[in-house]
Amino acid sequence: MNMIKATLLSAVLALTAPAAFAAGEAPHIENIDFSFDGPFGSYDVNQLQRGLQVYTEVCSACHGLRYVPLRTLGDEGGPSMPEEQVIEYSKRFEVFDADLDDFRAAIPVDHFPGSNLDTAPDLSLMAKKRAAFHGPYGLGINQLLKGTGGPEYIAALLSQGYTGEEKEQAGVTFYENTVMSGGWIAMAPPLYDEAVEYEDGHANTIEAMAEDVSAFLMWTAEPKLGARKQAGFTGVVFLTLLSVLLYLTNKRLWSRVKGKKTV
Amino acid sequence: MSGIPHDHYEPKSGGEKWIHSRLPIVGLMYDTLMIPTPKNLNWMWIWGIVLAFCLVLQIATGIVLAMHYTPHVDQAFASVEHIMRNVNGGYMLRYLHTNGASLFFIAVYAHIFRGLYYGSYKAPREITWIIGMLIYLMMMGTAFMGYVLPWGQMSFWGATVITGLFGAIPLIGEPIQTLLLGGPAVDNATLNRFFSLHYLLPFVIAALVILHIWAFHTTGNSNPTGVEVRRTSKEEAEKDTLPFWPYFVIKDLFALTVILVVFFAVVGFMPNYLGHPDNYIEANPLVTPAHIVPEWYFLPFYAILRAFTSEVWVVQIASFVTGGIVDAKFFGVLAMFGAIAVMAAVPWLDTSRVRSGRYRPMFKWWFALLVVDFFALMWLGAMPAEEPYATFSLIASAYWFGYFLVILPLLGVFEKPLTPPETIEADFAEHYAPVAGDAKTLVNPAE
Repeated sequence: MNMIKATLLSAVLALTAPAAFAAGEAPHIENIDFSFDGPFGSYDVNQLQRGLQVYTEVCSACHGLRYVPLRTLGDEGGPSMPEEQVIEYSKRFEVFDADLDDFRAAIPVDHFPGSNLDTAPDLSLMAKKRAAFHGPYGLGINQLLKGTGGPEYIAALLSQGYTGEEKEQAGVTFYENTVMSGGWIAMAPPLYDEAVEYEDGHANTIEAMAEDVSAFLMWTAEPKLGARKQAGFTGVVFLTLLSVLLYLTNKRLWSRVKGKKTV
Repeated sequence: MSGIPHDHYEPKSGGEKWIHSRLPIVGLMYDTLMIPTPKNLNWMWIWGIVLAFCLVLQIATGIVLAMHYTPHVDQAFASVEHIMRNVNGGYMLRYLHTNGASLFFIAVYAHIFRGLYYGSYKAPREITWIIGMLIYLMMMGTAFMGYVLPWGQMSFWGATVITGLFGAIPLIGEPIQTLLLGGPAVDNATLNRFFSLHYLLPFVIAALVILHIWAFHTTGNSNPTGVEVRRTSKEEAEKDTLPFWPYFVIKDLFALTVILVVFFAVVGFMPNYLGHPDNYIEANPLVTPAHIVPEWYFLPFYAILRAFTSEVWVVQIASFVTGGIVDAKFFGVLAMFGAIAVMAAVPWLDTSRVRSGRYRPMFKWWFALLVVDFFALMWLGAMPAEEPYATFSLIASAYWFGYFLVILPLLGVFEKPLTPPETIEADFAEHYAPVAGDAKTLVNPAE
């Protein structure tokens, strides 16, 4: 039996092994206590709406969200915008309509447009593709225990990552950013204090805005996070209940053929 | 079905007799479900049910996912995002399917190492073992092709690296690689055939599973003592066994639900933890990722593949002897497939007359080291190809082969095994107090 226990223990330990993937010169990234962390976490509607504002006024100048349907801005568990507001918001984007063979104003069933600049990556899944594996020795311990991941990476990249250093290479200006792999990024520091004026009067320091837009980008990457956690929780509760019942059934069943363990 | 003497299905009513004389399917089901099973099976004998569940889960979720997926290089990535965002419950189906693959491999590794420790592969169960190995190979092929379908960066580059391995085979390698890819490089033709085969192979696996079950229902299950069920009479057989239903069905279901609690926690709370974040970047043939790493369940064999570089003397000798036909790349491929081949050949490599590791004092330690070695290889497979990992990988790979090719054959000669109990009944009586009031062991509620 000891052998089996040892095997099981190593199996549990091995679950952290795949996380060692991105081991390397990973930058140090501070954990942020987002509202969507943890098994019961969910998105903060106000934060998502503030993040959308930062995205619209700053990021969308160059970047796109091509996988995100505009109508989902009205989804519960997401930004939860009223229908008229979603229709109104959609109009600010132009999309190409193959039937008209022309551009027209977007409507909620359309997606956000893609990036305007070839060099600006699409942001739909940025929070998931930069999930990395944070924590000591690249083992993903912080990801496992604290939920440190893509949003923290984005927030760090947008705020404290910039050092202020610049260099020019082949006619392109690069900005030093300690969070970016390689240490240099083509994106000029996009945020400055009070870059966006929030309607709810929320703080608009660089850090606050970076945090809000990171939360928003987590939503664009994982819009069903709330429903998923709820389904997972329901599954865990009911299966635990079932396993208790089956444990008792099993014990009762075997009591007819098996006495107390002696050795 | 089983060689162990037991009661067979007798049709009673007129209707039952009518069906039974035409198609004895009820009898087949009865005999399968009521098969006499050694009553001393421990908790390592639950993985078969977990594996059967995984196969059904993967096929069920996979069929629905296929309804919404588009196997085209321009649309595959977007269609997966469509599943995640627009299909009702699509995000759940996909996360169940991707994490289901991980559960599948956790279970199959536990199942294989169970067999290796308790000597389940030994005569007369060699065919069960070989079919099991074929299932494992098919699973790896299916999982690999499935991972290519979302058409992310790791999908594309993983496919490029793995199909490239076939190109390392002398003479026939390149035609094979071209056939696999449907062209000179990973492209739309590759994606299409991988999708087709990813849909086909699970049903081949299902057929092999039926053969696997048929084979071990013919020989009877192995058990922790490695002592065979007595077949001299029905009475004696009944003292060693209990019917599969309800005793082992309920036990296995209990174990399955406990495992599923953990599984649902992973799916619900951290569904991307076991995956590589780079696969959320759409495939780009022009940008190579910094580290190309396979999924965790391939890592041990990936480490063996990479361990044999041109600096290793074994590789240099092989290259010299074959006049350069076996170069480092081909040697690595041979080593990787060889690592699985030696495992498949274990029924003929293990020379000990005692079946179960429980009664083999020296074997126990070598086996424990093999388990450690397996996890070490898994970790090394995820590390970059540089020192000191390269040396460690070589040592760990050497032990893997050494265990099967040197240690197991020699142990049978040098080891003094303990004496296993006479019968399963004796082993059972030794571990459990008799049931108060009733010494009769067989209780079959169906009778």
